[in-house]
Amino acid sequence: MTDKELAAKSIEYRQKILTYILGANAGHTGGSLSCIDILNVLYNHTLNVGPENFSSPDRDRYIQSKGHCVEALFVVLADKGFFPESDLETLGKYQSHYIGHPTRKVAGVEQNTGALGHGLPISVGTALAAKLDNRAYRVFTLLGDGELPEGSNWEAALTAAHYKLDNLCAIIDHNKLQITGPTCDVCNTDPIDAKFESFGWAVRHVDGHNIKDLKETFGQMPFAPGKPSLVIAHTVKGKGISYMENQLKWHHGVPSQEQFTEALAELDQARVALV
Amino acid sequence: MGNIISTDLVKGKPNLEVFSGTLQELAATDRDIVVVTSDSRGSGKLVPFGQKYPQQIIEVGIAEQNLVGVAAGLASAGKKVFAVSPACFLTARALEQIKNDVAYSDNPVNLIGISAGVSYGALGTTHHSLHDFAVLRAIHNLIVAAPADGYETDQAIRLAAKINCPVYMRYGKKNMPLLPKTNDQPFQFGKGRIIREGEDLTLIGTGETVYPALEAAEKLAQDYKIQATVISMHTIKPLDYELLTQVAASGKPILTVEEHSVFGGLGEACASFLIQNNYRNPFKIIGIPDEYTVTGSQNEIFMHYGIFENGIAQTALEILKEQA
Repeated sequence: MTDKELAAKSIEYRQKILTYILGANAGHTGGSLSCIDILNVLYNHTLNVGPENFSSPDRDRYIQSKGHCVEALFVVLADKGFFPESDLETLGKYQSHYIGHPTRKVAGVEQNTGALGHGLPISVGTALAAKLDNRAYRVFTLLGDGELPEGSNWEAALTAAHYKLDNLCAIIDHNKLQITGPTCDVCNTDPIDAKFESFGWAVRHVDGHNIKDLKETFGQMPFAPGKPSLVIAHTVKGKGISYMENQLKWHHGVPSQEQFTEALAELDQARVALV
Repeated sequence: MGNIISTDLVKGKPNLEVFSGTLQELAATDRDIVVVTSDSRGSGKLVPFGQKYPQQIIEVGIAEQNLVGVAAGLASAGKKVFAVSPACFLTARALEQIKNDVAYSDNPVNLIGISAGVSYGALGTTHHSLHDFAVLRAIHNLIVAAPADGYETDQAIRLAAKINCPVYMRYGKKNMPLLPKTNDQPFQFGKGRIIREGEDLTLIGTGETVYPALEAAEKLAQDYKIQATVISMHTIKPLDYELLTQVAASGKPILTVEEHSVFGGLGEACASFLIQNNYRNPFKIIGIPDEYTVTGSQNEIFMHYGIFENGIAQTALEILKEQA
């Protein structure tokens, strides 16, 4: 897929995220919009995974630690053909498998996540298994910047470096906002790069909305032989919808019908601008 | 300690040693067996395992949440994982990882709680696990077990390596005599074992309390001509309802004995089933009451709370007297 085609995908995904959040009358809007370009590039460029090889032990793994942004994941998995997109009309509805966090009841989901600080340790174990079995698959996990204070992340960061897991890539969706306010005000985790580097990781910064840069960065993994890779993806919460961008209330805000129409129109304009 | 029943019964080893031996045997022919430890290979009797199979042991350091998360990841990729850590830390600090990464995600990790209950004795409350049955019983998709002797330990480990589902097992450190076998039924999780048969009352133990229950039964027979059935209820969940129904049918008293808080463990699990199924047998729970345990060795703590031959026999006599 060309960069332009991928950019068009991102627009389509953003529209679908908003559609299903409106349908469910719930969802993590801002964060799903901040991480969707990352998921787009992972699933449509980087990862060797799809419905056709999901039972293969050699598939690449994607584990979403920031499980609350499940709408982004579900929209991408539907697009990859793991399940019919119409299933997402049941999101959050009575007896639906499509709940507000990733669950393995949904085809294509690797692990049940949602409690924060769980994705990295599980990813470390999965990457360790590849090393033990001499398999070539890689493990990618997406963390929110707000979940970095969870101590389990730092326990796992130690283990990843100790076992030289260069088949592991953690991505931080660094949108710099969490439910209470700016991440640096809630619990300052800066400098994230120096912290992980001191733990023995190889770190890259990337514009988390730049398709070309994301492709190149993921393509260069591992960033250093024998080291786990960390991508600090600088993103904008609510990206793509001007009235949502960097606005705290859209952390899990649901648009009204009018706001939804306005958002879709803005995305339509962005699509026109692409051509 | 009380009377020795026979010289055969005092043979045996700590369950943890049996666990380690069986695991080594399995690892010899199965490269997928992986042990994960949190600086716990010494207390888990796994030093020989680590020396023999260095490629099959993962050390994560003192980091129990990570231990369980890493174990879940390994299991999701096809490894037969035994995550080994003191029961107190494993089931409290890493409870959310057990709930989500193992049970909810259905990653078939075998969680091995070592030095369980009050095995750590005078090290105190931080090192005791008197809550593990209670919290883990409330988590869906997890077998909760406490094998009583070398036979049950060996069989449970072999089965756990095979069945591909989440399991928690706890083990103590003390020398455990081999319990008598009253039938040739193969070991199964969820199927209690009848260790002794008698018609006057039933003593149900689990883990390291089964042997003192058996000693109490022998004392009751010798001194009072009272015959007790003794059950090793090695699996707390799923509980053997069939066996409970069988022993409750007589209407005779039932006494449960556990190295756990009297809240939420074996006793309350049995009571809940019996009451809801209209059995009104006289019933008592012997365990650790709702307090910080007295300082002492495991044996001393057992003695203090009546978890020993004479203590259990005494409670049995009381319940029989109340019934009469």
